[in-house]
Amino acid sequence: MNALLLQDLDVFYGPTQITRAVTLSVAAGESFALVGESGSGKSTVLKAIAGLAPKWNGAISVFGTPQPHGISRALSRHCQMVFQDPYGSLHPRKTVDATLAEPLAIHGLNDHNRRIEAVLADVGLDPRFRFRYPHQLSGGQRQRVSIARALILEPKLLLLDEPTSALDVSVQADVLNLLKRLRQEHGLTYLLVTHNLSIVSFLCDRLAVMRVGQIVETADVAALKAGRLRHPYSQELVDLSQRTIV
Amino acid sequence: MTTLSHWLTDDSPASRLQARLGRWYRMGLALWRNRLAMLGVAIVLALVILAVAAPYIASHDPLVQDLTRRLLPPSGDNWMGTDELGRDIWSRVVFGARITLVIVAMVAVLTAPIGLLLGAISGYLGGWIDRLIMGVTDIFLSMPKLILALALVAALGPGIENAGIAIAITSWPAYTRIARAETLTFKNAEFIAAMRLQGASTARIIFAHVLPLCLSSMIVRVTLDMAGIILTAAGLGFIGLGAQPPLPEWGAMIARGRSFILDQWWVATMPGFAIVIVSLGFCLLGDGLRDVLDPKSGDRH
Repeated sequence: MNALLLQDLDVFYGPTQITRAVTLSVAAGESFALVGESGSGKSTVLKAIAGLAPKWNGAISVFGTPQPHGISRALSRHCQMVFQDPYGSLHPRKTVDATLAEPLAIHGLNDHNRRIEAVLADVGLDPRFRFRYPHQLSGGQRQRVSIARALILEPKLLLLDEPTSALDVSVQADVLNLLKRLRQEHGLTYLLVTHNLSIVSFLCDRLAVMRVGQIVETADVAALKAGRLRHPYSQELVDLSQRTIV
Repeated sequence: MTTLSHWLTDDSPASRLQARLGRWYRMGLALWRNRLAMLGVAIVLALVILAVAAPYIASHDPLVQDLTRRLLPPSGDNWMGTDELGRDIWSRVVFGARITLVIVAMVAVLTAPIGLLLGAISGYLGGWIDRLIMGVTDIFLSMPKLILALALVAALGPGIENAGIAIAITSWPAYTRIARAETLTFKNAEFIAAMRLQGASTARIIFAHVLPLCLSSMIVRVTLDMAGIILTAAGLGFIGLGAQPPLPEWGAMIARGRSFILDQWWVATMPGFAIVIVSLGFCLLGDGLRDVLDPKSGDRH
């Protein structure tokens, strides 16, 4: 079964059309990357799926369920999002514990203590961080808390919006390893937005290259690694990323 | 003592309670280091003690007249002298603290929560609700505070409760504005978006996530405004629309003493000192609280 199916998705911000006829399917358990330069509309696709960009035409379905425009409470148990900026995505006046307890309270789940301890262990955060405020945590620790918050409702699909681009290189590696492990352990499906192709080859199975709101090419990561992307723009991206790494 | 402060400043609190107490402890410590703020705390505390323990602190009955002892200068028996009806001014100032505190509490309890809630709703929901609430606040803000309070008191009838209500009605729009502005700064923040994605209802987001963030600037603003509220109450008392005689309201006391200001200066001056000191106390406390509660300086502590 497809975890995610987008058909001819046109997303609008006000009168401006951001994406054009985006069509893609992500199989359950797959890790799929959306790459492209900034302004290509890749984050907008994520927002439309999550419900944060409610103005769109086309069809979005998650695990076979067609999605409404806007935020759906039913979706929150199946699909969660991890944001780019670990400094802006945590409430500054709430402890890690309060942040993680909130989704449990919203959905009336019991056993808060056990679930919070389990998810903290899952994302590799020591229990002593549990009652700290965000300003007492490092960027990498905050991003682990964001991932924990996304995981605590046990969704099967995670939307990752450049989850490591705001972090130091060494911390990036830790968080990427964490995401890889979590996917194996929980059988998660990832839709990852990034402009970093080395992250794609590390974490993903397939990728789609986006340019000015359209998908220009969908390929296996094997093709990326072998340098066999067909579209000239994809090759340009590969060249660019190799140049910046060196 | 050291174990307690270690427990409070522990980097890795073991419970929700310890984390919260630790945060308050750090804020208290920062306030403690601010000399002027502590002076403000002392003055406000003194006001509260005066008001609560007035019968024990006052040396005379504030309402009993003794025409044989009128307009006496300050002495060992009458610390602040007596007024034109022979009443002890010190005792009247002490009992006046009660009236001042009642007005302050009334306004804080009536206006701050209403202003806060309306502002958060207005800012978070936006659209026509925002335009409606902002339109109403604009109307109220476009009228001078004291004049509007005057008109209200004139319509409702003079008296301390009506003065409080009038001040409350004229001061909520400012709080609504502040709360709205504050809400707008983080309405589109990712932590709010994350809560929406988790299925939180609008009411839950406003009460559990938006209001706590507006609260600190609101506390600061209300404290700073207290001085103005006390002055407005005294102003209403001065022109005879606030507390009615024989209640010992400070503004009304100044008004009575005005006729004797050249020969018997203490009659008007003593309650005047009280107003100045209490207003100053609230201002200093508000300034100190702003330094401690300002979210932008929060990381330093």
